[in-house]
Amino acid sequence: MTLSISLTVNGVRTDVAIDDPRVTLLDLLRERLHLTGTKKGCDRGQCGACTVLVDGRRINSCLALAVSHDGAEVLTIEGLASGDRLHPVQAAFIDNDGFQCGFCTPGQIMSAIGLIAEAETGDDPERIREAMSGNLCRCGAHVGIIEAVLDARNRLAEDERRTA
Amino acid sequence: MNQFEYLRPASVAEAVAAASEPGAAFLAAGTNLLDLMKLGALRPSRLVDVTRLPELSNVEQLDGGGFRIGALVRNADLAREPAFAAAFPSVAEALLSGASAQLRNAASVGGNLMQHTRCAYFQDPASACNRRDPGTGCDALTGENRSHAVLGWSNACIATHPSDFSVPLVALDAVVEIAGPDGRREMALEDLYPLPDAHRAPESGLRPGEMVVSLRLPPEAASFRAHARYLKLRERTSFAFALVSAAAALRIEDGRILQARLALGAVAARPWRARAAEALLFGAVPSAENFGRAADAALADARPSGDNGFKIELARRVIKRVLLLAADGTPERMPALPASAFNLENGAVAHV
Ligand SMILES: Cc1cc2nc3c(=O)[nH]c(=O)nc-3n(C[C@H](O)[C@H](O)[C@H](O)COP(=O)(O)OP(=O)(O)OC[C@H]3O[C@@H](n4cnc5c(N)ncnc54)[C@H](O)[C@@H]3O)c2cc1C
Ligand code: SF4
Ligand code: FES
Ligand code: FES
Repeated sequence: MTLSISLTVNGVRTDVAIDDPRVTLLDLLRERLHLTGTKKGCDRGQCGACTVLVDGRRINSCLALAVSHDGAEVLTIEGLASGDRLHPVQAAFIDNDGFQCGFCTPGQIMSAIGLIAEAETGDDPERIREAMSGNLCRCGAHVGIIEAVLDARNRLAEDERRTA
Repeated sequence: MNQFEYLRPASVAEAVAAASEPGAAFLAAGTNLLDLMKLGALRPSRLVDVTRLPELSNVEQLDGGGFRIGALVRNADLAREPAFAAAFPSVAEALLSGASAQLRNAASVGGNLMQHTRCAYFQDPASACNRRDPGTGCDALTGENRSHAVLGWSNACIATHPSDFSVPLVALDAVVEIAGPDGRREMALEDLYPLPDAHRAPESGLRPGEMVVSLRLPPEAASFRAHARYLKLRERTSFAFALVSAAAALRIEDGRILQARLALGAVAARPWRARAAEALLFGAVPSAENFGRAADAALADARPSGDNGFKIELARRVIKRVLLLAADGTPERMPALPASAFNLENGAVAHV
């Protein structure tokens, strides 16, 4: 049986025919929609490489069944920059050496955007470390990652103050 | 992963009917179910997606002070609900100590409570496991078993239930409301987790087709709000299952304990309520000495199921420490590292 679902991915509405209900949101993004920025690390919820925002919340796309997310709004790493202008969190990762090989980075950045939206850490590095613990980095770039998240959070908070 | 039929019912009655067929399983967020299916440990022939069912996503304050929480409320949303977290701080702390921010954003209340009692051998279809395939034996008995049960186990199964959330809930006498083919019923959350007998390790207290529709906390549960903590020892600071955990809740008046609640996590196939320890604390002064005695009482029946005798001593220390933390008072703000032994300071006390 083929099921059809509709997703809004990075602002674009897409209808996808699903001929096999086993497909995860991660595999759908990578294999069907060719958005390979979202990475598959463990495929078991343990590493965070597959983190995307679904309806504004960070989740692990590897443990989400695509058919169950019919109608959802999905934001991936490909949807962040506008042209050559990087998203502030992307820029902060570059400025703070928040990566080495880069494999975990899309998941780290999406997770950081989710964390900033949740607005629960303030500028406490310990709370940021705790809230980023769902994203592992095999290269051990965690020190730079936490600095990047802190920097991005402060920049965005500053922007908000200025526009308020 | 095996092939399955996917159904998305529109009502609880339809969901129950669809799940009454042999081989059917409810699908909530899927963070436990899909994981076990990918490994081949579970092979349901039908998934009944409950995520679109109406009316199961509310957190409702009941007349008299109790709470009802729909089975589809997400773990993170429940922990963030201010009235809920203020009334049941140890439950919020336990939720925030579980899994990762991403998983908590997805995971549902029903799915957390109903996640499988399991161990590494359960997850490996090539290993013998009575819980996965009744009657085949248990490879954990002679294998890697340092994290296994020290209470309530039998040679049929020595696995533990991994939920953090359920530990303070059992301490607080939470109840689950159930819909099934024969109508509605409710049971003490504790009874959702049967202990293994000599030969079998039943998965849950639910009958075929039954689903958890909501969780209820009785009004008395909120009377512990000023002294309620959860403490979770794990192999790394964050994003790890408990090795041993404990939830404590106290009512203290004029320097004496009027009522104590204590439950242990990751030591048995169910969140382990320590009623003998609770009785011992009635009327006692909150002191390290009395808490040590309570810990001994809680573990009087504990015995290693393998290479895990150290968990009994760890549990003793966790109990003593969590009772001391509870006696100190619920912190005003959630600690930076929820339920961790590594918080440098607990900050000001709330509910004073
Ligand atoms: C990497 C990782 C780390 C984790 N760490 C922790 C941890 O530290 N602490 C912790 O407590 N948990 C931890 N978990 C487990 C996590 O909490 C559960 O996976 C999650 O709560 C399950 O919720 P769900 O909605 O995804 O359930 P699902 O996976 O959809 O369902 C789980 C089970 O419950 C059944 N079910 C679902 N809803 C209902 C219902 N309403 N009625 C009856 N049956 C139902 C399903 O059929 C299935 O058998 C971890 C998980 C992962 C993947
Ligand atoms: S301990 Fe229980 S879950 Fe683990 S292998 Fe033995 S029977 Fe299976
Ligand atoms: S690939 Fe999803 S968490 Fe590792
Ligand atoms: S930068 Fe290499 S895994 Fe994180």
